[in-house]
Amino acid sequence: MKKYKWGIALFSAAFILSACATGEEAADTGFGEASAGEDEQSESAEDNEEVVVDEDSIPVGLLHSLSGTMAISETSVRDAVMLAIDEINEDGGVLGKEIVPIVEDGASDEPVFSERASKLLQQDDVAAIFGTWTSASRQAVLPVVEEHNGLLFYPVQYEGMESSPNIFYNGAAPNQQIVPAVEWLFDNVGDSFFLLGSDYVFPRTANQIIQAQLDDLGGEVVREEYTPMGHTDYNTIISHIRDTDPDVIFNTLNGDSNVAFFNQLADAGITSDDVTVLSVSVAEEEIRGIGAEVLEGHLASWNYYQTTDTPENETFVSNFKEAYGEDRVTGDPIEAAYFMVYLWAQAVEEAGSTETDAVREAAAGITFDAPNGPVEIDGDNQHVYKTVRIGEVQSDGQFEEVWNSGEPVKPDPFLENYDWAEAIQ
Amino acid sequence: MSSVAMQIFNGISLGSVLLLVAMGLAITFGLMRVINMAHGDLIMIGAYVTYLMQVIFVQYIPEQFFDWYFILAIPVAFIIVAGIGMLLEFTVIRHLYGRPLDSLLATFGAGLILQQLIRTIFGAPNVGVQSPSFLQGSLEIFGLYLPFSRLFMIGLVIVCLGGLFIYLYRTRQGRRVRAVMQNREMATCMGISSRKVDSLTFAMGAGFAGVAGCTLTLIGPIGPTIGLNYIVDAFMVVVVGGVGALTGTVIGALGIGVFNTFFEYWTNASMGKVLIFALIIAFLQWRPSGLFSMKTRSLD
Amino acid sequence: MSYLYSKKTLVILGFVILLVMPFVLAPFNLNLLGRFLAYAILALGIGVLWGYAGILSLGHGIFFGFGAYAMAMYLTLQSGGIPDFMGWNGITELPWFWAIFSNPIVAIVLAIAVPMLFAGILGYFTFRNRITGVYFTILTQALVIVVTTLIISQQQYTGGTNGITGFDTIFGYSLNSVTTQQMIYWTTVIFLGLVFLICYKLVNSRFGKVLIAIRDGENRTRFLGYNTSVYQVIVYSFSAGVAGLAGMLFVLQVGIITPSMMGIVPSIEMVLWVAIGGRGTLIGPVIGALITNGASTWFSQTYPDAWLFFIGLVFVLVVVFMPKGIMGIIATIQARRRAKKYGKDRKEETKLYNSSSI
Repeated sequence: MKKYKWGIALFSAAFILSACATGEEAADTGFGEASAGEDEQSESAEDNEEVVVDEDSIPVGLLHSLSGTMAISETSVRDAVMLAIDEINEDGGVLGKEIVPIVEDGASDEPVFSERASKLLQQDDVAAIFGTWTSASRQAVLPVVEEHNGLLFYPVQYEGMESSPNIFYNGAAPNQQIVPAVEWLFDNVGDSFFLLGSDYVFPRTANQIIQAQLDDLGGEVVREEYTPMGHTDYNTIISHIRDTDPDVIFNTLNGDSNVAFFNQLADAGITSDDVTVLSVSVAEEEIRGIGAEVLEGHLASWNYYQTTDTPENETFVSNFKEAYGEDRVTGDPIEAAYFMVYLWAQAVEEAGSTETDAVREAAAGITFDAPNGPVEIDGDNQHVYKTVRIGEVQSDGQFEEVWNSGEPVKPDPFLENYDWAEAIQ
Repeated sequence: MSSVAMQIFNGISLGSVLLLVAMGLAITFGLMRVINMAHGDLIMIGAYVTYLMQVIFVQYIPEQFFDWYFILAIPVAFIIVAGIGMLLEFTVIRHLYGRPLDSLLATFGAGLILQQLIRTIFGAPNVGVQSPSFLQGSLEIFGLYLPFSRLFMIGLVIVCLGGLFIYLYRTRQGRRVRAVMQNREMATCMGISSRKVDSLTFAMGAGFAGVAGCTLTLIGPIGPTIGLNYIVDAFMVVVVGGVGALTGTVIGALGIGVFNTFFEYWTNASMGKVLIFALIIAFLQWRPSGLFSMKTRSLD
Repeated sequence: MSYLYSKKTLVILGFVILLVMPFVLAPFNLNLLGRFLAYAILALGIGVLWGYAGILSLGHGIFFGFGAYAMAMYLTLQSGGIPDFMGWNGITELPWFWAIFSNPIVAIVLAIAVPMLFAGILGYFTFRNRITGVYFTILTQALVIVVTTLIISQQQYTGGTNGITGFDTIFGYSLNSVTTQQMIYWTTVIFLGLVFLICYKLVNSRFGKVLIAIRDGENRTRFLGYNTSVYQVIVYSFSAGVAGLAGMLFVLQVGIITPSMMGIVPSIEMVLWVAIGGRGTLIGPVIGALITNGASTWFSQTYPDAWLFFIGLVFVLVVVFMPKGIMGIIATIQARRRAKKYGKDRKEETKLYNSSSI
């Protein structure tokens, strides 16, 4: 009598096993009784397959959070990668083959990132993965790409102290964003710093660097504050700012918290005339979420702004707007995501194959005229030479550049060329 | 001295935010025993309604009236979110009265749908709302800086509470609501349509979430997932205050607000959060049903 | 009703199918399945706690996380040296609460014992004070916030939001090799079987009957002379231990643990697996964990932009219209068949059927 119940229970168990197996090629579905129920899925999986296996195409993985809290930032980065892929394909692709993007959702969840990365490498056999944003998700993917000898192109500025042979870091290392900004602030604004950041790895490491650098320069950190992710009440922090009266607030808050902080700072009547806030995680897209009127006059340090004046940037911005809408803006991580696809494509052309070791070897010294200016892959640490730019927020939500480094700065993720940074390495 | 006074004000202002966020829950959870995990997402929708009002004003209304968008957004957010709440009640909650834990899980699912809906319509990135000019800046008094937006929120909370109080305790409809919540069967016997009361009460709770969302645009971000930032805090307020008592909710919100601010001021934001939640756990051991609770002789 | 079709045989058959999967599935899929099985163990613990004792904990993420962290700490230490993140934060000597995890046996014991002890202490106060139902549920949420915020803010000791990752060997074998992964998979299946067996014994014992009595009428049970809080503390602690075990097996297959996997949302999702599978059964949670995770993996790969609509809708529909989950549907179908066959009163049959307890 009870056999139906258990039969069905088993069937659904088998179904789920098969669900694990679909969406990929593997699964020579060997569990007899269940295979009937899953035909449909297998077929759709094969549809996917056809595109990928095609001889005239090169599959690449796009791994970003399209859902969850990080979707806020990462969807635009994905758009930029897609734009670059489309452009390259229009120009005839790489090695005469078409690049086929396979998009995966990391769902703002680290195990999902690592799972999808191994899916991309093992089942789709992608030539490279473009993706991740947070340090946590990059570190979740790192062991996977190292194990399978894959390639990850990472588009965001980060805390440094890392150099995996399987990752190309296209965002700024600390010495291409934080260190020059502190130096510039010290020379031009003042010597007492208030350090404010979200409670995670990037701000804490950044602030250690700033502390060491200020000790060397003779500046002073008046207070260091961290707020949990998703924190929305900055009144207490603002009280501390009033109490300590710093010249500069060095802001390493992440996206969401910036909105609360800047709004409340403006409400408290503290403007850029009273104290300068320099942010390292506020780009054009974040400004739209915060509101330009409360940010006006504050500073940011990046390698690229939408207003950066190069011919490449003009094309890039107009192409980006044409593809995704006139109201969209670009920004540093978006631009990095865009040019990193070109860097990869050039390295592949140079190597004559998509094989990881060959691409890595060919990549050293590759240059490209990116929207932010010329960039070059440093063969030693697989970071990128970039120009450092400090910009001031204007009332229209765009930046006006107030300083730049004049030439691309050599990446130094471990701060080896700075004596004061010894304790941090 | 002035820094202590400043912190007391900060605490009250945080309390007023918590109260705004929790007021809708105090109705849905406190009165109806429905654990509405989608409350945070209703707040989020209230915020997007405000954003939409701003967009409409920028496009169709002469510039000198721009500041009015915010004033208008409050009732509009209330009505729209109340409508969504009514829909939610009609489709989901209605089946779950008397199953509070199930209502928690089902509304969590509903919340996911709302989030994805907003993400599909408005896109994943945050959107920005410009505060009306009369709420920018702060009032300087005895060396204290009291931001207008915070004063406005405190005022709004008082107005909402007053309105709610009058509704519940001074109108016929409110009396019906209380009757149904205290003893559903008896109230139905007296000829009250409990269906109608449920629907209206839940809609009202949702409406207050809309107002909260609208107001929170003054201080916080607007994105598809902001609901999560507020939902747990809101539950804590209601539980600490005691279920079914508005006075309790008020004292719970102010208590948590003030304690949290001082903890944060003395330590740091993360430790402040840890301490306040640990305090809540300890407090509930002492008073399992919160500060104020309805005396009842019923036992399961 | 021949022997061949008895319940037991079919459960064993399912178990055997799981055991032979390594010969059938590609390594990647096997890893995925192994991960879901770790979730299934966790779901069993929650299933007993919620389905049989009526206690809904939205804080099982932290117990799961603790088990995972314990294993990850051991793996990190035996890969050699002190973890990188300590170095960046200027810590040069291993703190004692890390050092004890360098012994595998201690690590494994602690991964289960600490969640049990922690749950025991918290449960002792909470249940003694008669905090039950909704209040307990919300209290566990507060607990989640406390623990995750602490872990994130103490990043010099915990790795902060990045969590712990980057270990690649266990007992000298590479964690990523196919053979090791197969061994880990089999370990997971065996533990799943063991936990299932223990749960089965537990809920069908006298103890289990009292749990059901507490679920259906706590005060009545108390008036009958049972000290209900003792039962609740024990089952809560048991369930936490199972979660710790699951976490340990999880980290072996995923290779990373971060605080975001212990948060409020994952904790709610864990409970939803049980709801979807069917509460008040033991098969239900296992099937629920497998199906829900399998489906969300498949859906989010196929329709990455829209799968939240679907999963949200499923959560709502299951909880509202099928409170007994998949197992409930199966029972209903069966009852209907039986009614057709024997012309008996269908409703009564269903009712009888649902009270069986596996």
